Amino acid sequence: MNIVACVKQVPDTEALIKVKADGSGVEEGGIKWVMNPYDEYGVEEALKLKEKNGGEVTIVSVGPARALETIRTGLAMGAEKGIHISDPALDNADAYTTASALAAAIKELSPDIIFCGMRAIDDDAGQVGSVLAELLGLPSVTVVTKLEVEGSSAKATKAIEGGLVTYETSLPCVITAAKGLNEPRYASLPGIMKAKKKPVDVKDAAALGVSAEPKAKVARMTPPPERAPGKKIAGDEPAQKAAELVKLLREEAKVI
Amino acid sequence: MANGILIVAEQRDGAFRKVSFEIASAARKLADEAGEEVSAVVLGSGVEGIAGELGKYGVDKVYLADDPVFEKYTTEAYAAAVTKLVKEKDPAILLLAASVDGKDLSSRLVGSLATGMATDCTELKLEGGKLIATRPVYAGKAFAEMEITGSPQMASLRPNVFPVVENAKAGAVEKFDAGVDASALKTKVADVSKDTSGKVELTEATIIVSGGRGMKGPENYQIIEELANVLGAAVGASRAAVDAGWRPQTDQVGQTGKVVSPNLYIACGISGAIQHLAGMGSSKYIVAINKDDEAPIFAKADYGIVDDLFKVIPEITTEVKKIL
Ligand SMILES: Cc1cc2nc3c(=O)[nH]c(=O)nc-3n(C[C@H](O)[C@H](O)[C@H](O)COP(=O)(O)OP(=O)(O)OC[C@H]3O[C@@H](n4cnc5c(N)ncnc54)[C@H](O)[C@@H]3O)c2cc1C
Ligand SMILES: Nc1ncnc2c1ncn2[C@@H]1O[C@H](COP(=O)(O)O)[C@@H](O)[C@H]1O
Repeated sequence: MNIVACVKQVPDTEALIKVKADGSGVEEGGIKWVMNPYDEYGVEEALKLKEKNGGEVTIVSVGPARALETIRTGLAMGAEKGIHISDPALDNADAYTTASALAAAIKELSPDIIFCGMRAIDDDAGQVGSVLAELLGLPSVTVVTKLEVEGSSAKATKAIEGGLVTYETSLPCVITAAKGLNEPRYASLPGIMKAKKKPVDVKDAAALGVSAEPKAKVARMTPPPERAPGKKIAGDEPAQKAAELVKLLREEAKVI
Repeated sequence: MANGILIVAEQRDGAFRKVSFEIASAARKLADEAGEEVSAVVLGSGVEGIAGELGKYGVDKVYLADDPVFEKYTTEAYAAAVTKLVKEKDPAILLLAASVDGKDLSSRLVGSLATGMATDCTELKLEGGKLIATRPVYAGKAFAEMEITGSPQMASLRPNVFPVVENAKAGAVEKFDAGVDASALKTKVADVSKDTSGKVELTEATIIVSGGRGMKGPENYQIIEELANVLGAAVGASRAAVDAGWRPQTDQVGQTGKVVSPNLYIACGISGAIQHLAGMGSSKYIVAINKDDEAPIFAKADYGIVDDLFKVIPEITTEVKKIL
């Protein structure tokens, strides 16, 4: 099988996010960069499919020079090769531009299946996988927690409000991964050593023939609204505190 | 704005979801500012009877495609239908729900309409006639005001955030031909399993009682369930509780779980890790029950109780029973 996993490099979930004074974005200094956690599920599923059916996994990422580390992480987990789409013109890429670049690079690979994460934890958009599928004219199932691939079809299960739904679709397709799909492996030390020698192709927007002009942009970035300081409920006995809380919820907050 | 606002109204099993009325109300507010019309698209099978309900929340016109192919949501059929309608009507703004299906559909439309979208917005406004959509990014550690340069300007709205406002308009229903050929679809629904336990769905709940590692074990969720029961609340969990196998994955709130915004979120034995806050930080009121006075959750909580949750929670249940 020919498998693609799209990965984005994002700030570690613990990272302190500081909005730039001019509201144009966030400060990048001091941030530890990691593979988007949902993309780890995608890479893991790609590797599992390869181990079962044979074939090759290609890691594809759009991002600045530092994104190469994240591609190497995917290679260290066990993927065969990488494509790094690196172009300063794509620094402000939105979902449409990112997906256009990914689509142009992936098309040439004619994959059987493409994995993305359900959402990147920086822009929290959850768009790229679906846009990519649309641009490639492929079916997509998003936020998948269980996947079975049989021949040229796939059954993908996702949680919806109040239940689960399983879709049956044909390959090639795009699957976006959610927590629950699998337990991502860690890169082993030998894996990390081997990854250094695996091929990574570098491309820019012009080579892929895509426009870097975004369709959505951040007009302003602000720190989150402050929550008014709360109160701790005083008292000696749990019963007394519970009574006071219920009173406040009823009379002050008016939520029960 | 050239051609008004179009919303995608979501129904399931023949009834509109509450979020559809939230979007209609939000759209009405913007449209009134700009002196424009609000139209809605409704897709489903046997839903002709409900389509007109949207008028009550400010929708001038409803485009209805009633066809067995829309009985259950599939990306392909729904995206094809909405794409066709949008291309015909050319709305300036297109709004959808940031529900599970709404997120799936809207993202696919970004591709088919070659435009941009602000996902999971918590605020909308017009500036110089252009939509400015505010949304949390970096798991709520920052907020972005997005401007859509593509057309239509798309946004999906976080459920439970925008108020439902009654504002009766015509809600005139007009059928349209979605042009979807069922036999050409590549994806079909193989199975739907509904949770029949009568549990309140987390993302739709107005009250959530959530338990973390402090619950000590799965059997202790009994006291959480009891409190949730008297409040008509949903039960949530931290990742620590889910990873320990005490609660199902579908209960997890946070960065790698569900994003919720109830009126009231009661965090029991949850420390308040940044990844947990990412999922519940936009709740209107937050209550924390934790025996550690220093737990970070208290910094976000409107009301905090520093005590043993095993003693406090049953007392709260008793108190609530007295008044409800
Ligand atoms: C990539 C990534 C993604 C993540 N995504 C999520 C996510 O989506 N959701 C999520 O929740 N976490 C997530 N986490 C995990 C997160 O970092 C925390 O580990 C987790 O939220 C901790 O859960 P907890 O608060 O239940 O446990 P703890 O941090 O262990 O807190 C337990 C609390 O219970 C209190 N307690 C103990 N006993 C009692 C008692 N008898 N009475 C009262 N209080 C008591 C303690 O004082 C403590 O504060 C993620 C982490 C990573 C790295
Ligand atoms: N710059 C990128 N490079 C590669 N893949 C990406 C990029 N941005 C997003 N993706 C993929 O699309 C998913 C959803 O991203 P987003 O739409 O930004 O939330 C991510 O989990 C990745 O799998």
